[in-house]
Amino acid sequence: MEDMIFYDRLQFAFTITFHYIFPQLTMGLSLIIVYFKWKFLRSQAEKYNDAAKFFMKIFAVNFTMGVITGIPMEFQFGTNWAKFSELTGGIIGQTLAMEGLFSFFLESSFLALFIFGEKLMSQRLHFLTALLVFIGSWASGYFILATNAWMQHPVGYEILDNGKYVLTNFSELFSNPWLLPAFLHNQMASLVTSSFVVASIGAFYLLGKSNIEYGKLFLKTGVIFGFISSLLVAFPTGDWNAKNVAKYQPASFAAMEGIFETEHAGAEIILIGQPNMLEKKLDNKIAVPNILSFLTYQDWNRQIYGMDKFKEEELPDNVPGLYYSYHIMVGLGTIFIGVMSLAILFLWRKKLYEFNPLLWGIMLLAPFTYVANITGWYVAELGRQPYLVYGLLKTSEGISPTVSSGNTLFTLLGFIGLYFLLGVLFLILVGKIIYKGPQPEPQTH
Amino acid sequence: MEIFWYSAISVVLAMFFILDGYDFGAGIIHLFFAKSEEDKVVIAKSAGLFWDSNEVWLVAGGGLLFMAFPTFYASVFSGFYLPLILVLWLIIFRAIGLEFRGHFNYQMWKDIWDTAFGVSSLLLALFFGMALGNVIRGVNLGGVKDGVSLYEGHYFFLPLWDSSFSPLSDTPGIIDWFTLIIGVIAVIVLAIHGANWVILKTNSSINHRLKSIIFNLNIALSVLTIFSLAVWQYINPAALDNFKDLPYLAIFPLLYFGGIIGLFFIKKIKKDIHAFYLSTLLILGGITSSLASLFPVILPSTNSVNESLTIYNTAASEYGLSVAFNWGIVGLILLVIYFIVQKRLMAGKIDDMDYGH
Repeated sequence: MEDMIFYDRLQFAFTITFHYIFPQLTMGLSLIIVYFKWKFLRSQAEKYNDAAKFFMKIFAVNFTMGVITGIPMEFQFGTNWAKFSELTGGIIGQTLAMEGLFSFFLESSFLALFIFGEKLMSQRLHFLTALLVFIGSWASGYFILATNAWMQHPVGYEILDNGKYVLTNFSELFSNPWLLPAFLHNQMASLVTSSFVVASIGAFYLLGKSNIEYGKLFLKTGVIFGFISSLLVAFPTGDWNAKNVAKYQPASFAAMEGIFETEHAGAEIILIGQPNMLEKKLDNKIAVPNILSFLTYQDWNRQIYGMDKFKEEELPDNVPGLYYSYHIMVGLGTIFIGVMSLAILFLWRKKLYEFNPLLWGIMLLAPFTYVANITGWYVAELGRQPYLVYGLLKTSEGISPTVSSGNTLFTLLGFIGLYFLLGVLFLILVGKIIYKGPQPEPQTH
Repeated sequence: MEIFWYSAISVVLAMFFILDGYDFGAGIIHLFFAKSEEDKVVIAKSAGLFWDSNEVWLVAGGGLLFMAFPTFYASVFSGFYLPLILVLWLIIFRAIGLEFRGHFNYQMWKDIWDTAFGVSSLLLALFFGMALGNVIRGVNLGGVKDGVSLYEGHYFFLPLWDSSFSPLSDTPGIIDWFTLIIGVIAVIVLAIHGANWVILKTNSSINHRLKSIIFNLNIALSVLTIFSLAVWQYINPAALDNFKDLPYLAIFPLLYFGGIIGLFFIKKIKKDIHAFYLSTLLILGGITSSLASLFPVILPSTNSVNESLTIYNTAASEYGLSVAFNWGIVGLILLVIYFIVQKRLMAGKIDDMDYGH
């Protein structure tokens, strides 16, 4: 039983981590493409249209990868988490089905129209297709977040005698207090990834002395979007989420902040340290007193519960994993703000394009935006443990009753192999697109 | 409400098999009949331009099934664990083949991805057919052994095969000689459908030959269909009772047989689209007839201990189904609109059309 849960969780974690490499780029990138297309309509300068079409190519590859790695996510609800699906499908099925029916269709149809239809329609209509791709991809995120929000903070339900969760109020699924902050935080984080990718392709061209004009455009656009989004991801959206965790999941809050013992006055904020689960303390701690209480409640002396206040079975089962994920996310987020602020300063002083160290910095940081996004999701998901539906349904109660661990390990190994191949091919393909650059030449296939 | 959602999901999934069916079929044709590089390119393209928008129907159908019949979704997806994961891998592998083939002009590279595309298309058709075979044959719900259920009555787990390979075994596997027959029928149906698609959408040099191939495949299909009906009667004497009790359900098998009969005139049919409609009838009729033979059951139990899964004992709550009806109608109308817009945009032969990347 134990190894069964372990393999099920590992398979879901592995496949969702790999899957989320792609949507986090497409959601943010679709907004930047809309911006380029809009600039083209306004200025009629071809370079903006080339930029929009160039990034739509990268978008399309990522979208394809998102589709083929996304179908396994939908399937796994049934294959590996059958009991969870049976009990809660009447509720989370609503939001998941809406995602498939509304947003996914919208995104895929209008992506095809954008790519194949430019010659068949006016530029205004072409802009509209880009806008609809953006709306589709954000709506997709919204429905997935609504599903997750229900698992984090269940609302609008009733539990029947046979253990089934039935929906009693549809609109509460969307007015869930967990949803809006989580959605906005997630979308801003996705925009951080996309801005860094756009800026780093620009930096790559400038450093490589190819496609210089496009390089400048991409860098400038990426830096502007990146500066705004990396600020918004921290404040107010990140702050808002942390307050939600403190309010609705206090045990997870203590674990992610690394507070083992409740202090009488205000709680300190941990900057560095390693959770020592044997002695229930933080090794090599560097902390600043009272800051956490202030950040969470705007009150320097407000008491915050440490992990000692909760029963063992209420605490997340992987405290170090949760703690590190949170601190990596916050640490990287801070670095992004720093680098993007510097870049915006150099841009303003008109020195950005020649200042190679900063270009290198932006380019090398781009992969870490993916790390920050994914660790952010680990915070949400590890923090929800040991529950599938917070406070109500334990993760161990949700797995498929008839699938043995041998079968799950078999499929997990298969996914690892297949996704490795997929990842390598993806990098080759995207690398080829970037290397070729955005010259408006007819593509041959 | 159960019946509405049952019908809506059946239509969405039938659309998936009709639409993705032609690109699976194109893969089968590609594997066996495309010889020259020009034909390989254009046939791969006739699938490559469309597969992702077609698979959106699978995602939508899966999501709706999860929402409306969560117990069925949970039972079937965990019970058919291995074949479903294999299907996922094949879908991914096939997509890799289609998307990566054209990126390097190197013979070995193209050969690898051509084979990936062709073989995974063939296996997917076979697996989907076997899945249908498993559903109409039924499964050992509750994992009953010596009259005792191992699991809750609506759960089961099927191995890929049981050493007897017989549908009459107490513990039949996914693959037995009955489901294999249905699987082969599905391969033939989709090959015919794919051939019609290739004829319709391309100017490949084998278009003329494909008509003879369709004719021959259609003969094989007729024989196998009749054989499978006889076998089905043999393993389940009550298999066709629904059609006796509710004669109007006979419309569904008539669609199927109409398709078969029509396709015997493939060489006389002037408009390619008409032939394509006939193979569409095969898929639509095949799926709806199978579902109608079971209705309102959606997964028969092969033992007498646990009752079959029906649309009533696996559905979500009445409130959930009704509230979903409101947004579902809007969504389904949007689906149809997107579909029409897209078909109009991509109308005509695709030989000179360009990939997006």
